[in-house]
Amino acid sequence: MAEVAIKSLFIVLLVLQVMGLGVFFERKVSALIQDRIGANRAAIMGFAGLGLVNTLVADPVKFLLKEDVVPAGTDHLLHFLAPVLSLVPVLVTFAVVPFGDVLQVGGHTINLQAAELNVGILYVLAMVSLAVYGVVLGGWASNNRWSLLGGIRGSAQMISYEIAMGLALVSVVLTYDTLDLQQMARAQGGYLLHGWLPAWGILYQPVAFLVFMTAGVAESKRIPFDLPEGESELVSGYFTEYSGPKHLIFMMSDFVEVVLVAALVTTLFFGGWQVPYLLRDGLHFPWGAAVALPSWAVALLQVTAFALKLVFFTWLQIVIRWTLPRFRYDQLMRLGWQGLLPVALANVVVSALVIVLAAGPAA
Amino acid sequence: MSPPVFLLLAAVTVASALTVVVHKNPVHSACALVSTLCLLAVFFLGLDAQLVAFLQVIVYAGAIVVLFLFVIMLLNLRVEARAMAGTLLVGTAAAGGVALAVLVVTALRRAAAPAATIPPAGFGETAALARQLFTVYLLPFELTSILLLVAIVGAVALAKKQP
Repeated sequence: MAEVAIKSLFIVLLVLQVMGLGVFFERKVSALIQDRIGANRAAIMGFAGLGLVNTLVADPVKFLLKEDVVPAGTDHLLHFLAPVLSLVPVLVTFAVVPFGDVLQVGGHTINLQAAELNVGILYVLAMVSLAVYGVVLGGWASNNRWSLLGGIRGSAQMISYEIAMGLALVSVVLTYDTLDLQQMARAQGGYLLHGWLPAWGILYQPVAFLVFMTAGVAESKRIPFDLPEGESELVSGYFTEYSGPKHLIFMMSDFVEVVLVAALVTTLFFGGWQVPYLLRDGLHFPWGAAVALPSWAVALLQVTAFALKLVFFTWLQIVIRWTLPRFRYDQLMRLGWQGLLPVALANVVVSALVIVLAAGPAA
Repeated sequence: MSPPVFLLLAAVTVASALTVVVHKNPVHSACALVSTLCLLAVFFLGLDAQLVAFLQVIVYAGAIVVLFLFVIMLLNLRVEARAMAGTLLVGTAAAGGVALAVLVVTALRRAAAPAATIPPAGFGETAALARQLFTVYLLPFELTSILLLVAIVGAVALAKKQP
């Protein structure tokens, strides 16, 4: 029990750190892209830390101290529950994301993954599909037409892109022959080109990566897929009528979703916690050199590598957000149903054919 | 699943299922339906059927009830003013309910409890379930998918009908 609790706490804290960095990117990288300075007003004893003080201290404190306005005519229970229902499913999904291989502590072998489920990837899909309720109920309970439109747009969009996402995952499952994310990460420990090139999932499933990443950005409702918010049309969509702490929770769940997409892309296509040439007993370079390392050092390197990959993909999604314009709604639906869905389906068929042919005639 | 946990969960599930029927607000009813389905998934987990549990959440809680909510919101259904149903209707419904309860209880009493057996290794896991589905139950499985295909084609045909 204690072991699971510590691992869960660790992964949640890791995710929240990366989320904080994501908010920092949102403020400062967007400023860089738009050629402005960005957040630089708040400082602690003259230290503004490139806007870090603003994003990590001033913003949350301000949000928490604001008045929580609940407009007249709202459904109080659902208005209160909606932000919670959008944050919790996303946060618990990290239970099956592995953040390292194994750690040896005094004879114990600890698997660095909070929950070992033999249906890990289905758990991810189930939780992601529950996250839609926060959007729908938030939009409905606010008793505001902009909110309702945002909620309806959000639910239609999330359901549509879930299908492409699921099909991309089917071809990934075919490739690794397992549903457990930890087994998938371990399966990416091989090497190609005489031991030089780490055989990460992206080399086997590039199409699935593109479909999954696109569907993932759409699931997290970010530009170019942020029609549920659509500031220029819907004020701010399904969370127009939310203020103070509840608004903070909605924003937080958005950013945690970004980190979740980053974590899944990392685990499925970029080796998860794999560090090139690092095995369980140390570094083995392809030119023959080897460095023996203790178990804790290997685990530390792996967790660091996982965190760095997370930060990179979070950054990438923020850059996408500030680079592309917003889709029109019909374009969004056409991309989902007529673009991603057929591509993902074809990819499943091709993957299955290749796997069957490579395995030779069935015994 | 230990008996106290089971009883507690069962009580919550029944209460949640009753809310679906009794609540006057259609959106609240739909939410109660989601929680009922999720609680049922917990029972599946207790029976070592992880695959079924998560498929239940993905398909029913995550997709079908969202579509229910979608329709409720688009139709803008308000809290229903309960027009008290006629005594005849209430009487018939009550009789039907009692008859169903008697049927279930009798069937359960007659059925001999199966001898407790230890399920084989890998029971309820995806590989075991898939093997059954694609060997023993291949025909029903394929027939079901044709049925679903027919439904999809029919829906598209209806939606595309020109006035």
